[in-house]
Amino acid sequence: MSQNKLLEVKNLQTEFPYDKNKTVAAIHHISFFMEEGEVLGLVGESGCGKSVTALSVMGLIANSNGLITEGEIYFKGQNLLTLDKRQRRQIRGGAMSMIFQEPMSSLNPAMRIDKQIMEAIRLHTDLDKDQARALTRKLLVMVGIPDPDRVMKNYPHQLSGGMSQRVMIALAMSCQPQLLIADEPTTALDVTIQAQILELLRDIQKEKNTGILLITHDLGVVAEMCDRVIVMYAGEIVEAANCQELFQTPLHPYTQGLIASVPKLGSGRTSLPWIPGSVPDLLSMPEACRFAPRCPYATDKCRAEKPELEEKAPGHQARCWYSDANLPAQA
Amino acid sequence: MGRYFFRRVLQTIPLMLIISILVFLFIHMIPGDPARTLAGKDADVAEVQAIREQLGLNDNIFVQYIKYMGRIFGGDFGQSYKSGIPTTQLIGERMQNTIRLVLSAMLWAPLLGILFGVLSAVHRGGFVDHLLMFIAILGLSAPGFWLGLMGIQVFAVNLGWLPVSGLNGWKGLILPSFVMGIGCMAEMARYARSSMLDVMREDYVRTARAKGQVERKVIFFHAFRNALIQIVTILGLQIGALLSGSVLTETVFSIPGIGRLLVDSIFFRDYPVIQALLMLFAFQYVVINLIVDVLYGFINPKIRLE
Repeated sequence: MSQNKLLEVKNLQTEFPYDKNKTVAAIHHISFFMEEGEVLGLVGESGCGKSVTALSVMGLIANSNGLITEGEIYFKGQNLLTLDKRQRRQIRGGAMSMIFQEPMSSLNPAMRIDKQIMEAIRLHTDLDKDQARALTRKLLVMVGIPDPDRVMKNYPHQLSGGMSQRVMIALAMSCQPQLLIADEPTTALDVTIQAQILELLRDIQKEKNTGILLITHDLGVVAEMCDRVIVMYAGEIVEAANCQELFQTPLHPYTQGLIASVPKLGSGRTSLPWIPGSVPDLLSMPEACRFAPRCPYATDKCRAEKPELEEKAPGHQARCWYSDANLPAQA
Repeated sequence: MGRYFFRRVLQTIPLMLIISILVFLFIHMIPGDPARTLAGKDADVAEVQAIREQLGLNDNIFVQYIKYMGRIFGGDFGQSYKSGIPTTQLIGERMQNTIRLVLSAMLWAPLLGILFGVLSAVHRGGFVDHLLMFIAILGLSAPGFWLGLMGIQVFAVNLGWLPVSGLNGWKGLILPSFVMGIGCMAEMARYARSSMLDVMREDYVRTARAKGQVERKVIFFHAFRNALIQIVTILGLQIGALLSGSVLTETVFSIPGIGRLLVDSIFFRDYPVIQALLMLFAFQYVVINLIVDVLYGFINPKIRLE
């Protein structure tokens, strides 16, 4: 593998038990990579395996009962899945950290803010208490908290959602991670606060050259933030491309559907286009193309044979039989 | 925090007054006449009347209550109708035994229960979980008096390791303490388990793991710390129950404590003693609740900072 890849996931499969001795795969042979300092978007509907992918990379999937059954996860050239628990912990919260969807409930309600951030700092550095406290204050200033001294003494219930997410970002950035996984970081926030948090993430990324794996279902967020985008559907990657290219020439019918269903101001349409049907149940996944039952272009071939993720143009992959040529007429 | 504490203490005063009224009313509603019991079956009406007059039972119940409360504020809880001994002295003598019994159970039962619950939750679905919850269900469902009798049969009669009755030395305390505490332990284990399972699903526990914290500390500082808020509530109720729940144990092991004093007094319609004991039990509950609420303040910052 090449030296400058920050993260490289190969053939990752994560399964969950659902009955005695039976498991179901939530993500199926996922492969992707991230360059250093890159912002990679991971897009898809709820339940498509975005968060499972993130938790697998973080090494937290076992706590949700999941089990990685296949594949490798290389972080700076090191296969994380061969490390022991202690080595894994050293990376988690240190070189690789994560922020979550619900900032308010992600902070310990019985612990002061400064204690929560200092805990992470002292786990991964040799700083003493006073130095850790000083760093905590600096971090809070960095994430744009106007009165850090007050917030440090506060408990989570005294903070708003936006403030909590800023604290979470300060916490995640405390040990200068090279990879920040942001799982729907703005979904639970007001629209005005969303923009502020995204701007903060972008500033941090530029200043510290932190790679960000941004998980979202919001294409607007993707367009604003990401260098490259991966689209997931039903536990598989269906398309991966440079951000601009993805929006200009989406190759997979699912991506096209997603982009078409974003409301556009002044388009004159009174109803939004939508993708008929719903994501197939994990237990009764179509054998061939997983999107075929909902795809307007699906042919017999789509329903019989499984397409692989193929490079259709330089740096642009899609999992579709027809996306390299013209799509067949709508069925 | 100081104001919260002060307000909480003040609230107990009206509460105790209301309790005293209820206790007084209910006792006078018990059928039967203490004067008649005291005078004996052969006494004639005049004798009974004289005793009623002497005990002040002929007064209007409202007047009786006012007189009673007046004496209480002077520290006088009256004399036992039965023995003539001052109620405070009577209770004081018996209290020692009950306190020893209750303390001996309080020292191990809640702690062991919480430990069992936490271990069960951490090893959810595993062997440890099943074993500990089996013990808890056993402790909850086996009646205390039955466990006591079985214990006496095996350890005192058959093996001869422990005394059959009484509270002599530490050996005498083992069986009664076990019988007193087993229910409390079982109850605490089940509550602690479910509270722990609740908090371990919380987002902040995931955050703690995402920091790279070791699992032991995640469990203790992040999960258990928050589960305590729920656990302490139940703990208060359980300790209250221990304080007033010694009747059965005292009976099975022939221990002269206040539980048995209460039963004897009720049979005799010994109003002053019953009143004093019920007030004492109620007061214990109130104090325990006060302690729990103050503990809450320490554990839960939302309350402390109000």
